[in-house]
Amino acid sequence: MSEPTIGARTTAGDDIAHRLPGQDAGTAGGHQQAIDSGSRRWSSSGAARNGGLVVALALLCVVGWATAGSRFASLQNVEVILSLAAVTGVLAIGMTFVITAGGIDLSVGSVLGLASVWASTLATQAMAQQYGWVVMVGCALAVGLGAGLVNGVLIAYGRVVAFIATLAMLAAARGLAEIIAGRRTQIVTVDSFLDIFRGDLLGLPVIVWIFLVVAVAGWFLLNRTTFGRRTVAVGGNPEAARLAGINVRRHTLYLYGLTGLAAGIGAVMMLARTTAGSSTNGTLLELDTIAAVVVGGTLLAGGRGTIVGTVLGVLIFSTLTNVFIQNDLNSSVQAVAKGAIIVGAVLLQQWFARRDTATT
Amino acid sequence: MSARTQRRRLVGATIAASAAVLLAAGCTSNEPPQQEDEGGGGNAAAAAGTENDEPGDEVVIGFSAPAADHGWMGAITSAARAEAENYEDVTLRVAEGTNDVNLQISQIEGFINDKVDAIVLLPFDGAALTEVATKAMDAGIPVINVDREFSSPFAARATILGDNYGMGVSAGTYICEQLGDNPDAVVAEIAGIDSLPLTQDRSQGFKDALADCGLDVDARVAADFTVQGGEAAATNLLQANPKIDAIWNHDDDQGVGVLAAIENAGRDEFFLVGGAGSANMMREIQSGDSVVQATVVYPSTQAADGIKLARLVAHNKSMSDLASVGVPRTTTLYAPVVTADNVDEFMSIGFES
Repeated sequence: MSEPTIGARTTAGDDIAHRLPGQDAGTAGGHQQAIDSGSRRWSSSGAARNGGLVVALALLCVVGWATAGSRFASLQNVEVILSLAAVTGVLAIGMTFVITAGGIDLSVGSVLGLASVWASTLATQAMAQQYGWVVMVGCALAVGLGAGLVNGVLIAYGRVVAFIATLAMLAAARGLAEIIAGRRTQIVTVDSFLDIFRGDLLGLPVIVWIFLVVAVAGWFLLNRTTFGRRTVAVGGNPEAARLAGINVRRHTLYLYGLTGLAAGIGAVMMLARTTAGSSTNGTLLELDTIAAVVVGGTLLAGGRGTIVGTVLGVLIFSTLTNVFIQNDLNSSVQAVAKGAIIVGAVLLQQWFARRDTATT
Repeated sequence: MSARTQRRRLVGATIAASAAVLLAAGCTSNEPPQQEDEGGGGNAAAAAGTENDEPGDEVVIGFSAPAADHGWMGAITSAARAEAENYEDVTLRVAEGTNDVNLQISQIEGFINDKVDAIVLLPFDGAALTEVATKAMDAGIPVINVDREFSSPFAARATILGDNYGMGVSAGTYICEQLGDNPDAVVAEIAGIDSLPLTQDRSQGFKDALADCGLDVDARVAADFTVQGGEAAATNLLQANPKIDAIWNHDDDQGVGVLAAIENAGRDEFFLVGGAGSANMMREIQSGDSVVQATVVYPSTQAADGIKLARLVAHNKSMSDLASVGVPRTTTLYAPVVTADNVDEFMSIGFES
């Protein structure tokens, strides 16, 4: 694999983007490295990186199967694990884009809470009774997208650091959710909504399908489109991306809109799972999401992102919880194991990456 | 990029963002029809009236509690307000609910400076508020400690507590009554936040009561008092245990999620006992066709009791149904079990989660 040259000399953003290998793990991080050291190579293949995650997930499954037997290794349990991974999964797909572009979005959990509350107020539900579930879904998506765009405007045009802008949104969206809900749990009673989103399609729960569709769309968007390549380029070196003709600000705005939209989708799924809109929905979900993305192999510094890795990261965490509960172990032990998994997975990844670099 | 195009873009982006927000606003008015303000109770008792309820000297009571971030805590404050309104001689000063210990300490300092006649305090953290409560007592202001106990007996004139251990005992005893003749019955427990002492107390009481009739907790998961946490924990619990006879869920707020998970899994071979006593769960019990058979009350009226006690202390009176002089030091409230038989009685103290 050739070391991609830095695109400062190129004029078209698409041009630089197309020069990047279309691997799952993009390599714009390599640009920076290439400038910094001129010799370090980060362009290992995504498959090798994900290898570490697959091993970790397989190990977990072996432990689950050995300790809980057929209760763990059943189709029904696979369905449970996927359902529990679905909401975090959708958020994590959106988050992968932002982190790949060198940003962060701490507000996704709160925005999910706000969207779930807004989409389940008595007024919205009354409208949904009349015009169908589309009203609730449209409302959740619009709230998510709107909040994401506000983040994006603040970060891209207001030049507020992403960490601070989204931290502010984390507080504000949660507060607004509490105000709207009046701190009550709003039970969803719209049957058309519940029937569709709590139902099954071809043997799998609808929300698992949503997760799968979002994951495939995310993979395509990141790896097979100009948008994705620009995202990697912006994360690798925003200045070079700008000089290469990418409108970095506008792209940043789109990215935060995208995570907001993902939070809106997550809100719909959360409403379906819990049948309730509550201002506590999504609490601390941003941390689970970021953990899954980073464990998945997306560089927190930006410039490299992997959707497959993110999906594996999310699955590792929901499988871990499942294995622990199958064995009736308490949540404190589980928290310790979660920490260990985060460190372990990152160490494994680095080991795979080094081995890969050594053999290239 | 020229400054002008930059500005135009900024304007464009702002318009796009506000359009999306407006769209969201358009699809819903965020003003649900006015819901009746559930005071949480206490009114009936006051209406009954005793000699103590007759108006006396004007008293100013300062009230401080954590942020009303869940149904039960919301009911605590509204019940306290409602109770104070029953007395024309009580002026209640309610400090904004907060989960910031420092802010709560400064609220109490404010009450001390204002020389209120009594303070009713539900501390976010009992130990952290002990010192400032002691300061108030030293300044001659009686403090009524509610729900979360101070670490020093000098910090409060009277303490009123819910009975977390007793909740576990009530839930366990009820399950024993239902399953007593079947020692192999599978009992599961969905706890709240495991690191809190109150969760540990509830679980201990539950375990002890079950042991009394030869049962034990076969499976236990912990959620986090939220709907989503209850849903996730219950989903895994149900998957891990193909056959269950009874479940105790510590908290009715998370119970909404637990019920969603049960419905999702299509399971109904067991009965569910709730905790805290939300109006929601009481309606499930009332309906008669739900897996929810009972819920154990953790009174959301205890701050209202605190107001009553504070008034008595300030008036230097005693409790009318006790022979001894003076308001008792510690009152631990009972954790009754609400079932289909008595749900109508309890409906009025059920809080909207």
